[in-house]
Amino acid sequence: MNKNVTQEFEKKDNDHDRFSNKIDNAGQYLSFTLGKEEYGVDILRVQEIRSWEPVSRIPNVPPYEKGVVNLRGSIVPIIDLRERFKLKSADYTLLTVVVVLQIGDIKKTRTMGVVVDSVSDVITVDKAQIQSAPDFGTKISNEFINGLVSVNERMVMLLDVDKLLKLEELDQTEISVF
Amino acid sequence: MASILAVDDSASMRKMVTFTLKSAGYDVEEAVDGVDALEKAQSKQFDCIITDVNMPNKDGITLIKDLRAIANYKFTPMLTLTTESGMEKKMEGKAAGATGWIVKPFDPDQLLKTLKKVLG
Amino acid sequence: MSIDMSQFHQVFFEECFEGLEAMEAGLLNLNIDDIDPEVINTIFRGAHSIKGGSGTFGFNNVADFTHIMETLLDEMRDGRRQVTQIAINILLGSVDCLREMISSIQNEEEVDESRVAQHTADLDNELNGLAESTPPPSHKANVETIITETSELVSNTSEASDTNEETGWKIAFCPYLDLLKTGNDPVRMFRELSELGELTSLANIQDVASLFEMDPEECNISWDLKVMGDIPLDEIEEIFNWVEGDCELDIQPIATKPAKKTAPPISEVAPEDEPEEAIETLAKEASQPTQPEIIVEQPEISKEIEPIAKPPTTATKEPNKKIQLDSDQSKLIVQVASSIRVDTSKIDALINMVGEVVITQSMLGLVGENFTMDKVDQLKKGLAQLERHTRDLQQSVMNVRMLPISFVFSRFPRLVHDISSKLGKKIELKLVGENTEIDKSVVELINDPLVHLIRNSLDHGIEMPANRIAAGKPETGTIELKAYHRGGHIVIEIIDDGHGMDRNKLIAKAVEKGIIDDTTVLTDKQAYELIFLPGFSTAEKLTDISGRGVGMDVVRRNIEALGGNIEISSELGHGTTIAIHLPLTLAILDGQSVAVGDETYIVPLVSIIESINITEKMLNKVAGKGETFRLRNQYIPIIRMHKIFNVQPSTKSKMGEGVIVVAEGQGVLCGLFVDDLLGQQQVVIKSLEANYRRVDGVSGATILGDGSVALILDVPGLVRFSNR
Repeated sequence: MNKNVTQEFEKKDNDHDRFSNKIDNAGQYLSFTLGKEEYGVDILRVQEIRSWEPVSRIPNVPPYEKGVVNLRGSIVPIIDLRERFKLKSADYTLLTVVVVLQIGDIKKTRTMGVVVDSVSDVITVDKAQIQSAPDFGTKISNEFINGLVSVNERMVMLLDVDKLLKLEELDQTEISVF
Repeated sequence: MASILAVDDSASMRKMVTFTLKSAGYDVEEAVDGVDALEKAQSKQFDCIITDVNMPNKDGITLIKDLRAIANYKFTPMLTLTTESGMEKKMEGKAAGATGWIVKPFDPDQLLKTLKKVLG
Repeated sequence: MSIDMSQFHQVFFEECFEGLEAMEAGLLNLNIDDIDPEVINTIFRGAHSIKGGSGTFGFNNVADFTHIMETLLDEMRDGRRQVTQIAINILLGSVDCLREMISSIQNEEEVDESRVAQHTADLDNELNGLAESTPPPSHKANVETIITETSELVSNTSEASDTNEETGWKIAFCPYLDLLKTGNDPVRMFRELSELGELTSLANIQDVASLFEMDPEECNISWDLKVMGDIPLDEIEEIFNWVEGDCELDIQPIATKPAKKTAPPISEVAPEDEPEEAIETLAKEASQPTQPEIIVEQPEISKEIEPIAKPPTTATKEPNKKIQLDSDQSKLIVQVASSIRVDTSKIDALINMVGEVVITQSMLGLVGENFTMDKVDQLKKGLAQLERHTRDLQQSVMNVRMLPISFVFSRFPRLVHDISSKLGKKIELKLVGENTEIDKSVVELINDPLVHLIRNSLDHGIEMPANRIAAGKPETGTIELKAYHRGGHIVIEIIDDGHGMDRNKLIAKAVEKGIIDDTTVLTDKQAYELIFLPGFSTAEKLTDISGRGVGMDVVRRNIEALGGNIEISSELGHGTTIAIHLPLTLAILDGQSVAVGDETYIVPLVSIIESINITEKMLNKVAGKGETFRLRNQYIPIIRMHKIFNVQPSTKSKMGEGVIVVAEGQGVLCGLFVDDLLGQQQVVIKSLEANYRRVDGVSGATILGDGSVALILDVPGLVRFSNR
């Protein structure tokens, strides 16, 4: 029975890692592109990567909430990151990728898909290399950015996925009627 | 390893007893009341019976009486789970043929220690 | 061994709540003029089990509290105590208190100590009332005697072990013939003794019969035992604890070291080394032949003492607190069970089904492995079989979630008991069809609306006894709570034989409140429906029973949220019947698929009245109020789905080309204008909120046959939404 207890602890530790906002000394990030810019998300939050498939539209929601899809029996919302970041929207092709992310905390997790142009790499980032995000004049508000890191001369913006897809915020978003 | 039949109408107590005994390596089966226990005891020989006293359908005392009447259970150790205030019940249990008793509340260690008294 | 006891807590809590419900039901069932001992026993058993469990799992406050209840019930059970209505009310109060205690513990909240103390005091007062009035020694006095007795005994022992440096015990153990028949075995006892110290045993076999006459089931050997070592007396006694009464037992300390002599009698050895001690021992032996009995009993007494001594100490805290029924007792705590108990037969059915599915699947696997066209028939057959099994499996799984509605009904006898006594009304509650099964999720959500409706019946429906007699009715009013299945639905009816509803009064009230104008002509049904309108209350004054600010409009909204509806019929002077229709399950619904642009939506079949085609000419455009059309004698507002949901309309945006689905929500009809009707099907309801959020006009989503997602429309929500 002690074994059970230990397993329980291990599980908790994992959960803790997964949801802690602090960046450990070395963390792995999945990087993807939107237009010319490159972004990274904590790889522990990535559930899977899928190709784009048509969604069922949800009425009267902001345009970046594309709709919902059936992900093995669960209804999962799909968010277009380009539109979320007010970038120029692109046409969806067979190569358009949806990154399925786990968001939330230990108590309640939600699954969401984000539409990106393409997935590029898994990068290992040393904590010391991460710089805080200056107001560097992109169209993306700083609130979604955890930090910046430079990988092979490329600049990657590390996204805070919880802020990115915060539901409270979604709930407050103004709904345009008619 | 010895096989034990744990009889209690309370699921939590039953689980606790079973879990404790199983972790100590005993072979344990559960019964929810005297009727259930009698049925199970007849289909399989147990080396020890641990039973709650106060149960619906058939109480622990009657169960012990009934079991003692069966040739296979004439000398089988049978323990009652009894509350501290139940001195009468202890004696009643003994009169019915109980080997001994375990006083509630008990912790797993006490249970195992007591059980050692009757199982070789 | 360390075992994490917390793993059993959840089961224990659930068991407690079940036990408390059984106790409550039992207490309410008790008729003080004709006591059913079995009912008392059931109530006792509830308290007893909770006490046993809470002690074991370390909830000592619960154990202490239930101990007093148990003592009280035990006395009632043995006939030592009269069952009075006051006692029943106190016990009911304690059940509530206990329920709150356990809930607090379960939710890791602070236990309301003052409330516990108050109920403890109430119980103690009741318990001690007996002590003053009847001859048997009072509870308190009893404890005191035991305390003195024990302390003497304790001091005796400690004295004995302090002064004597004895290094062993001499035990004369003479089992009666039947000792073996209790399952005790001298050999095992000796093994235990030998674990305490060095054991020498001498068996007396003079009583053993010859081999031929011997009964092997009898024990006719006696033993003289010596166990050497610095062993506390109680450890030795504990070993013989279970055979007390089945043997003659004499335990004496050996005062000296036996040196190298083997088993010398005490009288011989003692004088040599410590004469005084030996004399004392001898004197004891001589003067107290009965001593062993006392000694053997001692551990029992010391175990007894603590729990018995506790109640009086808590009682003294608030000894003069008056016995009272809490005013908030009618506030029922709803325990939402997070796990369910399932009949084993249901599980067995499920396992059978799964077995069938596995067989079919492997059969299909074989067909597919070397598929040739001549196997098409086989394949079709297999698929048909798979479909059948899947359907059965679904049915069986749904069945697992079904609970008897008694889970909800069982709370109401208490509610009726408490409220009717508060109102001074005489009311009998009849429960019919308690075993009708309904989905677990419905069970959880139907409780509050039912509580409200029953309160209404109690408060406004049933008249005061005097008024009833004046009206030529029996003094005791009746409320019947009835559940039954009807065509894929469960119907719950609340029938009272009170004074019914007065339609003229209802209409007058509605006119007064400006809800309708006085020229409106209403049918009886429409008049009764007025009570579902927000802000409508018929009671002359608000009472604390039913007028808690939650109106019937909320009740209706909750029931409709469950996919059900509510109807009223009433006869002035004879009573009111409220019928609630609910779906059997919230997991599946019968739906009508409709097309709007490229999207497919599901309209719950239960809310659809009919589907019609109308032309643009039949529309009435009301300035600023949208469009309506006339269906028979009613004007029905139209909701154009592509507009309200912002969907690119298909070519069929003209009225004549599409279809109007006439649906009802919250008593209001509306016409949903859609492109086309697609088909009817059962759909599995999926939550949108699990990963996303609530969406106006949508109650959930489902997955269609092609794997895509379709939204399920929430008709009442759409009506509200379109009115904004």
